[in-house]
Amino acid sequence: MLRKTTVLAAFGFALALVGVAAPASAATTEREPKEASWSFEGPFGKFDQAQLQRGYKVYHDVCGTCHGMNLLSYRNLADKGGPFYSEKYPNPNDSPFAKAIAKDFQVADIDSETGDAIQRPATTSDHFRQPFPNEAAARAANGGAAPPDLSLMAKAREGGPRYIYSLLSGFVDPPAGLTVTPGKYYNPYYQGDLSGFWTGAKDKVPVGGLIGMPPPLHDDAVTFDDGTKATIDQQAKDVSAFLAWAAEPHQEERKKTGFAVLIYLAIFAGLLYASYRRVWRNIAH
Amino acid sequence: MSGQHSTYEPKTGFTRWLDSRLPIIRLGWDSFIDFPTPKNLNYWWTFGGVLAMCLGIQIATGVVLAMHYTPDAGLAFNSVEHIMRDVNHGWMIRYIHATGASMFFLAVYIHMLRGVYYGSHKAPREILWILGCVIYLLMMATGFMGYVLPWGQMSYYGAVVITNLFGAFPIIGKGVTTWLWGGFAVDNPTLNRFFSLHYLLPFMIAGVVVLHIWALHVPGNNNPTGVNVKSKEDTIPFHPYYTVKDGFAMVCFLILFAVFVFFMPDALGHADNYVPANPLQTPAHIVPEWYFLPFYAILRAVPDKLTGVLAMFGAVGVLFALPWIDHSKVRSMRYRPAAKLFFIIFVLVCVGLGFCGANPPDKPLFGDGGIGFTLGDANLNSFVWLSRFLTAYYFAFFGILFVLGFVEKPLPVPDSISTPALSEKKG
Ligand code: HEC
Ligand code: HEM
Repeated sequence: MLRKTTVLAAFGFALALVGVAAPASAATTEREPKEASWSFEGPFGKFDQAQLQRGYKVYHDVCGTCHGMNLLSYRNLADKGGPFYSEKYPNPNDSPFAKAIAKDFQVADIDSETGDAIQRPATTSDHFRQPFPNEAAARAANGGAAPPDLSLMAKAREGGPRYIYSLLSGFVDPPAGLTVTPGKYYNPYYQGDLSGFWTGAKDKVPVGGLIGMPPPLHDDAVTFDDGTKATIDQQAKDVSAFLAWAAEPHQEERKKTGFAVLIYLAIFAGLLYASYRRVWRNIAH
Repeated sequence: MSGQHSTYEPKTGFTRWLDSRLPIIRLGWDSFIDFPTPKNLNYWWTFGGVLAMCLGIQIATGVVLAMHYTPDAGLAFNSVEHIMRDVNHGWMIRYIHATGASMFFLAVYIHMLRGVYYGSHKAPREILWILGCVIYLLMMATGFMGYVLPWGQMSYYGAVVITNLFGAFPIIGKGVTTWLWGGFAVDNPTLNRFFSLHYLLPFMIAGVVVLHIWALHVPGNNNPTGVNVKSKEDTIPFHPYYTVKDGFAMVCFLILFAVFVFFMPDALGHADNYVPANPLQTPAHIVPEWYFLPFYAILRAVPDKLTGVLAMFGAVGVLFALPWIDHSKVRSMRYRPAAKLFFIIFVLVCVGLGFCGANPPDKPLFGDGGIGFTLGDANLNSFVWLSRFLTAYYFAFFGILFVLGFVEKPLPVPDSISTPALSEKKG
């Protein structure tokens, strides 16, 4: 009675739904993200800790001046699977790395004795310090476009880390015929509709958009402690890996648990199928 | 629950004592142990059990999520991320709940199409079918309100689009939307009431499921032949035969479930929902969850908003009348070649409508818009025209079923369940 075709059809239907769920764009255009691969991709993928450390450095030295990461605390950097995890410090709050990173930031607090507003060095339990006191200040400092929080950026864009990597390493000179608004920068990977800024042929409007972020990366603008050469491409890749980790710190644990669950279910299904065959052996059906 | 003679015999002093006061063990025994079940049920019949499991999973994970979630427009988004990051195994509980909604709908669609194909909605199971439709409506309301809770961009704009639909009704429309919102826009009061209802409705579903199973156990199961059970030869006790078969199917379903939860948890969602709701920045494309896409396509297929809304509700409403629309005396489409053909097209059309719902209406189907010509308000080579044709078939299918009931010449139907089961070994 087991009709393989029907079971297959059900699976196929489920997969078709995944395809159906993918949305598409209309008037806006953007270039497909570049091909790139990271160690954490695929069902067996794991984060490369050295890469996460380099990525954090890029965030700390470059992106952090404009972008917050409000969902992270300094202790998270030393969480299991995080950039500064060490087996010696199972409790991330004990980690000297997390402590050292935190104490370089001044955060606002209230003096519990006097009630005065003060600044004190951050502790591991503080959230990452916000670069701007509020959104208006962030806007004012960036020509009207507030830099979005990066905690979830790797999940909040179609393409995830590939998109971020392409955006950061994809700044190019605007094609002749494109009028770029002052304070904006042409990027083919950024979603936009450039027809209003284009003076050339109507059917040759360049893909991409104008973004309010100046190209943030420059060759050798950061120095990696592990000696890796800090090209734009390398920095973009590393910071994208760091943001992928930050968006889902439990990714490795998720996949590891998944394998245990699948093995368990497969054995369970096998036993049930054997029981089914045995229980039903005398029933004509 | 059934009219069947009960075979339960309490064996201990306590069970005898209990049985003469509250015969609850007898009820369970008669319903799930000894219940006479046709012996030829195929795997499509296992989805009822799968659905019960899905409901259990949603309630169990949902109750835990509610312990850590904060229904406040300013805090909801971060409280969900707190679950993902800080709560022990919170990521797993949330992914199970989010994926579980999709799995629940996948199962319910298979379960319902199974019913249509094998004529399970026909007499004497009309009430059973209608209760199923009520469950489905409650599921849609629950799924929709659940999706609003994380208060991301899609949550917010999904809520805006759907609640605005009620504004299409003349005179009462504006009042109804304000009443639904609890204000003059989707805002904190909307989120609060959606949370309250999202917690309530699954328990109402559970209540209707009890009625659904009660209504199943009076006439008993239909079966792939659609022929009534004639003798004891035709049935076997539910346990162990179907407990083991359903159990096997449920575990297979869980494997698919786990693949999504652990290896592509965000594949069924939308990236924009990881951006906190921002009433000032409408996303480029607002798309509902996949399981609403066919209805979304029907809504957008109709140029007039009110007619579109009515068509969308009608697409669900027509299901309630199916037992009387599909009036052919032969239950199973296995013996109705014409109906079977139109049914297969119907399934493809539903998937096609889902595809239309996921794409912008004006997007060309082929090429980049150079091909095709304008017909009415849009290019014929566009998703909106495709969804119009598919919507027309969606409704026509019910008319076709009605007409087929008169004109179709069915194949010979076996005398009893045991006859074909012994000769042709097919499911
Ligand atoms: C000088 C300030 C500044 C720096 C430094 C900076 N950004 Fe940005 N970034 C912005 C602004 C402003 C925006 C918003 C642009 C807009 O909305 O047009 C932005 C937007 C973004 C976006 C969102 C693009 C989208 O799809 O909406 C990403 C991703 C991003 N930045 C990543 C980074 C990373 C990674 C770094 C560090 C390598 C970085 N930024 C450094 C100012 C900055
Ligand atoms: C919470 C959701 C639901 C649950 C838990 C549920 C559960 C069940 C169970 C356990 C059965 C018996 C096993 C089977 O025949 O598959 C059943 C049968 C049935 N259900 Fe559902 N159901 C649900 C939703 C629906 C919906 C939405 C419909 C249709 C609109 C529906 C229509 C039917 C019909 C017609 C039968 C009888 C099938 C037959 O014997 O041929 N159910 N349901």
